[in-house]
Amino acid sequence: MELRGRTHKFGDDVNTDYIISGKYKFKTLDMKELAKHVMEDLDPEFAKKVQPGDFVVAGRNFGCGSSREQAPLALLNAGVSAVLASSFARIFYRNAINTGLAVVECDTSGIESGDELLVDLEKGLLRNLTREKEIAIKPIPPFMLKVLADGGLVAHFRKYGTFNLG
Amino acid sequence: MGKTIAEKILSKKSGQDAYANDLVVATVDFRMGQDGTSPLAIRSFEDMGGERVSNPETSAFVIDHSAPSPLEGVSALHKLMREFARKYKMILYDVGEGVCHQLMPEKGHVGPGSLVIGADSHTCTYGALNAFATGVGSTDLAAALISGKMWFKVPETVKFICHGRLPFGVYSKDLILYLIGQVTADGATYKAAEYTGEAIQALSVDARFTISNMAIEMGAKAGLMEADEKVWEWVRRHGNGSFEQVTSDPDARYAQVLEYDVSSLEPQVAKPHRVDNVSPIGEVAGTPIQQAVLGTCTNGRLEDLRIAASILKGRKVHPGVRFIVAPASRRVFLDAMEEGIIQELVRAGAAVVTPGCGPCVGTHNGIPSDGENVISTANRNFKGRMANNKAFIYLASPATVAASALAGVISDPREFLPKEVS
Repeated sequence: MELRGRTHKFGDDVNTDYIISGKYKFKTLDMKELAKHVMEDLDPEFAKKVQPGDFVVAGRNFGCGSSREQAPLALLNAGVSAVLASSFARIFYRNAINTGLAVVECDTSGIESGDELLVDLEKGLLRNLTREKEIAIKPIPPFMLKVLADGGLVAHFRKYGTFNLG
Repeated sequence: MGKTIAEKILSKKSGQDAYANDLVVATVDFRMGQDGTSPLAIRSFEDMGGERVSNPETSAFVIDHSAPSPLEGVSALHKLMREFARKYKMILYDVGEGVCHQLMPEKGHVGPGSLVIGADSHTCTYGALNAFATGVGSTDLAAALISGKMWFKVPETVKFICHGRLPFGVYSKDLILYLIGQVTADGATYKAAEYTGEAIQALSVDARFTISNMAIEMGAKAGLMEADEKVWEWVRRHGNGSFEQVTSDPDARYAQVLEYDVSSLEPQVAKPHRVDNVSPIGEVAGTPIQQAVLGTCTNGRLEDLRIAASILKGRKVHPGVRFIVAPASRRVFLDAMEEGIIQELVRAGAAVVTPGCGPCVGTHNGIPSDGENVISTANRNFKGRMANNKAFIYLASPATVAASALAGVISDPREFLPKEVS
């Protein structure tokens, strides 16, 4: 699964309220509507700037806070194809895999907004094309990679009817 | 090799001899979703081709985050939940029953040794009853409704040993805020926390829930405690489920063991906009506030309301402060009326709202205005949390919130509490 995209950089502890505020998420199941407000409290222009396939890059503890799956879904529906962070909060990490949003744990200190990156999760490769640098990534457990490759847990269940760890 | 509480519960429920970092598929004892997460779970359930809920008698939806509905869109989502629960014969707790994390233990659905998932991050609350309870997303909930199971990466555990006794005017909320300040917001990410020591043992079960509730604010997957006689007494009083307690082995392996002496701890406050931005009361005392909130899954229980009433009895809230009270459940509300607590709070100037989450999550019931300061007993103070990103949220104990509501500025509760009888 190879992904190529341009980056938007954020800081540490980007919580799920920042990704999509509770004031929007309780009202609707229309994820396109939620996508208009993604990251709004950190960057009001983000939803307008983001292009299909772009990456969100952040520091430590990305996605901390609530269990709202609307957070990865709002990012996906805004066109974001992967989030790269030096660490993730665990519920967000699970939700991202379950909804088919690629998550990459790596040292993000050398990545700047606007850099173009190439990611291959199966091969465990990350390349900063703008700076011509390879970056090491923490491998995703095989089962989670399988769910991600299936397109998320819904597709995984449609395929197997239950959890298939094998 | 010995095991932690987390390793033991996940081993037992998966039938695997599991240790930290193993991946297991385990049978879940109880599943729960609330109105912010269940509608998406219903959609995932249908998209997965779900035809039945495998264990409807141990699966519940709770309408608490926007209850009663403030908007047409929300009403439609509530209707969707009611219809789904009826169709699949699940348990439904509707508007007014209370906050999910109060209801799960109160209705006897969880107890020592249980494995519980909830589509809400504060599901870790039931760790105080020795349950491995953890927050998941909507699609995970849908998978668990269909299969009765869930996959888990067995977490490593960080053990917090709290020595000594909390001093007068200092509560479990102050202790957990202090611990979060020490280890920071990602201090226990991917890990389970175990809280132990004589300071924990001395706490009531109500007070222990506050600590386990906030385990997620240090990133933890679960906030576990051992079951003692107080827990068993509590569990028996709230249901007739059969449970089996789990203790950690003396030779269990921990990622970290942290020890604290809490005997000289002071009241603590988490300042905007981070839960780990914690300081002793002295550093923030005098900050003007426009709103005070007492309630939530962190501190909306009977004991919390009782402490606030002991400060507010016969006094009046400062005229510049809106004082909003949300009991954690209908039962807490009724018990607090029986004791005369609600009457004292209302006479003091409280606006009591329906048991639920509204004032904490910014859905309704007290959205602050630009530039306003709020002091709250809740568990999160992120920018925009209460639906206004230009407001400032301070987190504190029920005593500190009550004292601050009286004075109109953040205040040390020790100056307002009736003196200890010794």
